[in-house]
Formats: sequence, C-alpha cells, structure tokens
Amino acid sequence: MNAIHAIGAKTISRFAAAGRAALMLFGALIAMPRIKNVPLTIKQVYVVGVQSLLIILVSGLFIGMVMALQGYTILVDYGAEASLGPMVALSLLRELGPVVTALLFAGRAGSALTAEIGLMKATEQLSSLEMMAVDPLRRVVAPRFWAGLISMPMLALLFSAIGILGGHLVGVDWLGVDSGSYWSIMQSTVDFDKDVVNGIIKSLVFATVVTWIAIFKGYDCIPTSEGISKATTETVVFSSLAVLGLDFVLTALMFGIE
Amino acid sequence: MDNLVEIDDITFSRGDRLIYDGITIGVPKGKITAVMGPSGIGKTTLLRLIGGQLQPDKGDIHFDNSSIVKMSRSRLYETRRRMSMLFQSGALFTDMTVFDNVAFPLREHTRLSEDIIATIVALKLQAVGLRGAASLMPSELSGGMARRAALARAIALDPDLIMFDEPFAGQDPISMGVLVKLIRELNDALNLTSVVVTHDVNEVMTIADYIYILADKRIIGQGTAQQIRESESELVQQFLEGKADGPVPFHYPAQNMEEAMFGVTS
Amino acid sequence: MNKYRVELMVGVFVLLTIGAVLLLALKVANQTITNQGDTYTLFAKFDNIGGLKARSAVKVGGVIIGRVDSIRLDQEDFTPVVELSILQEYNAFPETSSVSILTSGLLGEQYVGFQPGFAIDGVENLKDGDYLQDTKSALVLEDLIGQFLFNRGKGE
Repeated sequence: MNAIHAIGAKTISRFAAAGRAALMLFGALIAMPRIKNVPLTIKQVYVVGVQSLLIILVSGLFIGMVMALQGYTILVDYGAEASLGPMVALSLLRELGPVVTALLFAGRAGSALTAEIGLMKATEQLSSLEMMAVDPLRRVVAPRFWAGLISMPMLALLFSAIGILGGHLVGVDWLGVDSGSYWSIMQSTVDFDKDVVNGIIKSLVFATVVTWIAIFKGYDCIPTSEGISKATTETVVFSSLAVLGLDFVLTALMFGIE
Repeated sequence: MDNLVEIDDITFSRGDRLIYDGITIGVPKGKITAVMGPSGIGKTTLLRLIGGQLQPDKGDIHFDNSSIVKMSRSRLYETRRRMSMLFQSGALFTDMTVFDNVAFPLREHTRLSEDIIATIVALKLQAVGLRGAASLMPSELSGGMARRAALARAIALDPDLIMFDEPFAGQDPISMGVLVKLIRELNDALNLTSVVVTHDVNEVMTIADYIYILADKRIIGQGTAQQIRESESELVQQFLEGKADGPVPFHYPAQNMEEAMFGVTS
Repeated sequence: MNKYRVELMVGVFVLLTIGAVLLLALKVANQTITNQGDTYTLFAKFDNIGGLKARSAVKVGGVIIGRVDSIRLDQEDFTPVVELSILQEYNAFPETSSVSILTSGLLGEQYVGFQPGFAIDGVENLKDGDYLQDTKSALVLEDLIGQFLFNRGKGE
C-alpha cells in the first residue's frame, strides 16, 4: 500500500515539475523582443559558446582522426579507401557532430548553467531581482536559453568541420589516401540539405532540450549546497539520456524512411 | 494613523505547517516598524508576503491602499518599483562591480543617461560610505560592506518602502552600529518607510518607532519601545531578556521522555 | 570581465562558424552544383531503373548537367517515369538525344548517362516538359547472367 502511495506521489511530483518547467520556459520566452536583452545574450554566448570552443574543437579533431584511422583499416580490405571521405563526413554531419557536441555541452556548459542559477537562487539574487521589479525569467533565464540555442548548432558545425579536416590529416596526409578522391567522393555523396541541414536541426533540438534542462534544474533546485550538487548531476545525466533518446527518434524520422 | 502597508488578518501555511494564524500589522508612513521574534518563526516570509512573492491562504495585504494579493502580475511589478528589500545576504550580483550593482535598478527602470546614473550611484554610495569601493567586486567586500552596498542599491530608485531582512545578523559591533545609524538616518533623510525584521532586541529598540513581537504564529505584543519594555506579558519578557525556557518552550514538542525511553505510562 | 573582449570573442566565434559552414557547403557538400541557376525538366521512361535514386546525377561524358528530381510509376503502362532537372545553361540538346542508366565503377552508385543526338535540319531542341524517347534501362546483373547462359546453350 505504501509502495503504491510512494509511486503515485512520485508520479504527481514529476508531472508538477514538468509543468513548472513548461511555465518557466513560457515565462522566459513570452517577452523576448527586448533590446536590453541583446547584450546579455551576447555575454551568455561568450560564457556557454566561446568558452566551450576549445573542448569542442579538440574533441572534434581527435574524433575525426580516430574515425579516419578506424575507417581506413576496414575500407582498405575492400580496396574502397577512397570512400573514407564520405564515411567520415557523413558520420560527423549526421550523428557525431550534433550528438557529441550536445553531450560535451551538457557537461561543460549545462552543469555550469545549473550551478550558476542554483547559486543565484541560494544567495537570494533571484528573489532580489524579483523585488527590484525585474523578472528573473526575462533577465536571467531568457538570455541563457537563447545563448544555448544559438551556441550549440554553431559548435556542432565547427565540430563536424574540424573533424573532417582531422580525417583529412590522418587519411590523406598520413595514410596516403588520394586528396582529390577524399574530397570529390565526399562531395558527390554529401547532400547539403539532407545531411548538413538535418544535422543542424538535430543540434537545435538538442540545444533546446539540454539548455532547458540545465536552466530548469538550476531554477528549481533546493537552494542548499546539497541541492545544487544534486541538480548539477541531474542536469548532466538527464540531458545526456535525453540527447541519446531523441537522437534515435530524430534519426528514424530524418534518415530512416527513404 | 496613515499606514503605507496594512496586513489584515492573514493566515499562511507552508505545506502542512501553519506559519501565521491571523496576524494583523500596520506599517505607518515615514516611520521605522520593527518585527521581532525568535528564529524560525517566518519573519522573512512576512516580507515576502508584502513583496507579493508569496500569497497568503487567507486575509489581505494592502500597499498604499491597493491589495497586493489581488493585483495582476504587471501591476505587482509596477508596485514593486516603489518598494525594495535588503536581503540577509545582501544578494549583490556577484558578476558585476559594486557600481554596476547600484546602477542596476536605474538602468533597468529608467532611461537616464550614463552620466546621470554615475552621479546618482556616487551619491547613493556616498550615503552608505562606500564611494571609494565602487570598482570592487562583491566577493572583495566584507559582510558588513556587502550589506551597505546592497542598501545603496535598495535606495537607488528612491523607494517608498524599504524592508530589512535581519540586517544585523552576524555583524561585528562596529558594522552593527553603522547599520543602525544608516537605517535611522536614511529613513529620516529620504522620508522612507522602513520595516525591520530582526531578533536583535537591543539594536532595534533604539531605532524602531513601533514594534511587533511575533511568536507562536501570532502577535504576542506590540507598541513603542517603551511600551514593549513595560509589557506585562510573560512571552514578551522572555523574548526581551532571552530566557531559555518560558512560555516559548526549550523543547521542540515531543513525546514525554520517560515514556519514549522506558515505555513508562503514568 | 572586459566587455569589449567578450564582444570580440563572440565575433570570432561567429566568424569561425561562418567559415565552417562555408567549408561544409563548398568543400564537403559541393553545394554550388545543386543550386546554381534555373533548371528545366525532362522526362524519361525506362523499363527498369535498377538502383537509381532521386538526386542521382545526370551526366554527359562525365560532366554533371543536372539531377534526378523524382521517380514514379506511370499508372497506365506501369513503367517507371524519371523526372530529370537539367541546368538551364545546357538547353540546346536535340530531340534525338538518348539516356541510359549507368553505374560508376563496378559497385558504385548509378547515374543517368545522357547522349546528345545529332542535330540535323528538322530536329528541334528539347524543351521543358518533353519526354526523351530513346532510353536504355539499367543493366541488372541477374538478367545479364541469365542471357549469357541462354546464349551459350543455344550456341552448342
């Protein structure tokens, strides 16, 4: 009987949290067009985007290089090492670019967002804004949300681009695949609308989910050191799971049906 | 008497726990009203109720004759520009300098030029004695200085009402003296109305014009400092003199200890 | 934190991203060929299209002149109809031109090979919406083997 009670209470509280998350986002976005928010958003793009740049570029470079190395050893058995270019490019543009960027973003920027907003709540900065007749949803939440939404697709594009260059570095400069065929077969296989644009759409969806989870976890946390640490962990765990789950759904929708 | 804030018979509970059971408080214009009571009684909650951040279960709160409880959201934000609150921690924005913190409400709510804002900020900082600290970050300030900087920010827009949440908690005697002096002087100089929530009896008795004592979900005593001191209520006296046990019990309500430990029933 | 520095770095970030998009569009996806200028449409009926897909290339002697727009089945005679969109700059092919479905390499992808016909008097050029009359279907490996065995059997 108690177990049923507990499950019911848990379910209800989950629904309530989902409702609060939706209300928070609604409250933050309803009044977006404010000129004053633009510099704030730029500052947040710096915090979540520019400061994640290094980890994204380094990871992208290495993933591209590893894929070229792995792909080459398999493809060379079939004499098809010329297909290395499209293999690297398609895996990066369709999957690894958006997904790995989202996972890194959740770890690097998402956790920081949660902790920052959680601490603002703990130190009464959010209450203080409210008492100064400044809506914290517009002042704190909205710029961070837009910054996440803007930054992540940009990071994903950079990730894919540098990964393809990394693949070129290993495949062409080191393993000796012909540079012309690396690019030209890639060009005839990769379709801008289908592969690049779909990758950007994926990335936008991930950006929405990860940033939303990160901000909400901070905004809704229990304002104690324990609560903030729990919220930060939950941000990384939940957003990673959400990204991987959504990736399957999006891939099925975009590439699954011919 | 002309009251700026009227709290009219409100009941408030958080979860299952009843915090207030029908309390009525009037805050007269241009005076310092103190609300005292033991820790954990929900004094901060009272300020949040006045600010409209929380809603009472029953009863009404009026600010300048309009009901905070029934106000629309935009009206509430409009009204909040006329009040400000000094949080216990100061709640300065840690990512900007003291100057930007004080300038923040001005930049948000007015269209003044940067020159004028700089002048106003300098004046407000001068009033709290921190003009020299304008370029410091909040993390470089001591607790007392942070509170004074927050006070400068709170008066930046020349509000009608200013609420102090435990302004003296955790301060050394000098900072405390400075804050007491500031609250009194600012109140008189700017024609403010102040609400001070605290449990530091001695400090507040020297500056408050009118005092309410909250305990056990209701108001147990009220009056001027003089009247409070002469109060015959045991509760009030226990609070003023800081006795460990009395009408406010030392023990949190629990089962009789003998029963609990030895299973003895009388 | 210096405000100017923040703006500068965000600007660098944006420029880097634009660079990445250009790289992806021009070098990786070779976006120029697909969106360059106007196209006109030709139709061709094949008996068998093999593994031809929408967006496969249309080539004349290896030069891409357009792409397969869509493939559908004619409901009356049940043959596949392929819609080709050809770049407007190649608009002077004679009516006698023919198309065939070819494979690049042994295992490569299939494309439409376009053979321009002879331009003699009285033969007009192909216009938007025209059907190409002379088509050769894709080679299907199974048919080919079957034919080979059949011919050998006859020869003996």
